[in-house]
Amino acid sequence: MSFQLVFLWSDKLIFLLLAAAGVAAWYVRRHEHLLLPWRRVARSSVAMVSLLVLSLFLAVGLLDTLHFRMALPQTSGGEKVYSPEVLSVFDKLVDPLRTHTEKTYSEPFALTLYAKESMPDAQGNVVRDYPRLQYGGAHLTDVSQRDADVLKRALVGGGLGLLVGLLSFYLSHRTLHCASGCDRAVSSATLILTTLIGAVVSLATVYHVLGTDKVGQDVLYLSLKSIRTGLIIGTVTTLVTLPLALFLGVAAGYFRGWVDDVIQYIYTVLSSIPSVLLIAAMVLMMQMFIDQHADWFDLEAKRADARLVCLCLILGITSWTSLCRLLRGETLKLREMEYIQAAQSFGVSSLRILTRHIMPNVMHIVLIALVMDFSALVLAEAVLSYIGVGVDPSMISFGTMINAARLEMGREPMVWWALAAAFGFMLVLVLAANLFADAVRDAFDPRLNRTENAT
Amino acid sequence: MIAYLIRRIIYAVPILIGVNLLTFALFFVVNTPDDMARMQLGVKRVTPEAIEKWKQQRGYDKPLLVNSAANGTAKLTDTVFWQKSASMFVLDFGYSDDGRSIGREITKRMGPSLAIALPTFLVGLVVYVSFALLMTLFRATALDMAGVALCVLLMSVSGLFYIIGGQFVVSKLWHLVPISGYAGGADSFKFVVLPILIGVMGGVGSSSRWYRTIFLEEIGKDYVRTARAKGLSELRVLFTHVLKNAMIPILTGVVVVIPLLFMGSLLTESFFGIPGLGSYTIDAINAQDFSVVRAMVFLGSVLYIVGLILTDISYTVVDPRVRLQ
Repeated sequence: MSFQLVFLWSDKLIFLLLAAAGVAAWYVRRHEHLLLPWRRVARSSVAMVSLLVLSLFLAVGLLDTLHFRMALPQTSGGEKVYSPEVLSVFDKLVDPLRTHTEKTYSEPFALTLYAKESMPDAQGNVVRDYPRLQYGGAHLTDVSQRDADVLKRALVGGGLGLLVGLLSFYLSHRTLHCASGCDRAVSSATLILTTLIGAVVSLATVYHVLGTDKVGQDVLYLSLKSIRTGLIIGTVTTLVTLPLALFLGVAAGYFRGWVDDVIQYIYTVLSSIPSVLLIAAMVLMMQMFIDQHADWFDLEAKRADARLVCLCLILGITSWTSLCRLLRGETLKLREMEYIQAAQSFGVSSLRILTRHIMPNVMHIVLIALVMDFSALVLAEAVLSYIGVGVDPSMISFGTMINAARLEMGREPMVWWALAAAFGFMLVLVLAANLFADAVRDAFDPRLNRTENAT
Repeated sequence: MIAYLIRRIIYAVPILIGVNLLTFALFFVVNTPDDMARMQLGVKRVTPEAIEKWKQQRGYDKPLLVNSAANGTAKLTDTVFWQKSASMFVLDFGYSDDGRSIGREITKRMGPSLAIALPTFLVGLVVYVSFALLMTLFRATALDMAGVALCVLLMSVSGLFYIIGGQFVVSKLWHLVPISGYAGGADSFKFVVLPILIGVMGGVGSSSRWYRTIFLEEIGKDYVRTARAKGLSELRVLFTHVLKNAMIPILTGVVVVIPLLFMGSLLTESFFGIPGLGSYTIDAINAQDFSVVRAMVFLGSVLYIVGLILTDISYTVVDPRVRLQ
């Protein structure tokens, strides 16, 4: 089967970020003094467990970032035509989840639909009953077997997962000399996660573990797809915030005078507008702009993706000001230090002083601010999508999931599973990010005095 | 003091002009009035005449920034920018797309917004500060650790969850208060109590943790040791000495939001159907009513600047060493 690779804008930006992170990691590894705070992070087991959870999310997000289009079956014309549907590697991996769509809502692990329907029974009479699901638990002939079957599959899957986890431990202990796997908390977290994943995988192939939504899509699939959107909002925004805040903040602090005045004016204007309103106003304009130029995008996915990237841009434009203010203050302090004055008297150019002497010394502030911002951005996405100024309604995200599920609150019995899934996934992601951010802050913030000796 | 205030108010003018230029650029340059007209009129009824009429009705048929056809000062004043922006400085916001006076809507809707936002703010402040003081009192014990862990957990929950969950439990399961709606006068109590509770709940995590950091920073200082050496009880030290000295960092974050309380909260108001300024803004966003959104942006920045000035004044109240000049 032939396919065509598709690089959406957000994919390219993610790859750019990955490359930048790779270069940074390589650079840090070669410099012991830069490595030191990271060693402190690595010693905190809370940080390592949250990093483990985050990297799981990241793995899902990255697999979901490799996009392609399948070729349609050849027609007589002979010309190759690709499907308008853009799929990702992740979609292919979880193909059963994606394709097993039911008619409408069904509860987690349900065998029947949520609503009664009229259908003919064996004698040909029309009765109203809950119809069986097309895929969920379709292998069961007797409805009463379900609980036993769920338990059996969960145990088998969980056991296999546990086994894989133990095996990987065994292998990594042998090869890595116990470099990371020795921490008891990390080891047990890994085992719990592999067991959980094993159980979910084995159940998800035949059941809808988290139920289905209004149009019958599997909620687990939707939640997993939302991860990419959340990660992109949280990380790609950095690409806008970082250069703006770093260059403007450092320049304002170092050159002072009119440069400082202009930069201060810009960020005072921006920050004086309530951020939700500014975001809303900008997103409205962006939406109109994209609607006017719908012909620029040959695929639905590309249009939705352009909106996502624009949203990141807008969030970046509205959120760089606080970091910029911090950096300006720090630079004002640094420029009076003796080593900067020495560099100035040696005739080192301003550009070189900025890049060699000032920027490396404000990097810890930048790093702390960026990891702290991540979770706020993930949460903001949901709120913005609810107000109607978030991601494209066709894009799967936590915000759109919550928004769709919210309307079903009034139903009797309540449709709770989509909401619970979205909030649950978001909580895990944000909690892990918050805990990791705290550890990074503790390790990098020079104001916190440490008694331990750096070894 | 008076001279300082006057200077601050004069400083505010260029910032407000900047805000106006920014929103103007957003609303009229990225998308021209023609685009807006096409959007508003819908696809079917778009004719050049209809667009012209739409623009004329709303005063968008003038040149954007410079009117080269006019003479003298009219070159600048007879433009869309001047007509739509200058009046805002005297708080005249013009009319919304459905023909109502925005200024009157704002004064009418301020009440319900305040009825929610002000109690939320006050109750919240008391709760957060007391919780933070409690954690400081039990610092470095298991109780403190549990408090911090609780804060991190509460911080990680989406604000939407508090609203949806609160509505579900309190209104739907327990039937204590109506799910949404608003009434004036004494009836308003049962409508505002849940939004206020949820609003306070939503801020517990981040605020208490922030105040705890501030208190912990203070508690390491010399005057605290002196107070303890005098034989004061730990409670006394915390509540009179530490709390007073921590006022400056607390006020920095708190006073600036007081004027913004008028704007209400977008989320809470739209979920609970409160006819305040927040839901007004959301409705305008959904209806793409640009004059209302612009008015709200302008109002928001004015209130923010007022908040900054109030912050400076509040410093002089709590700390006699601070002098404004």
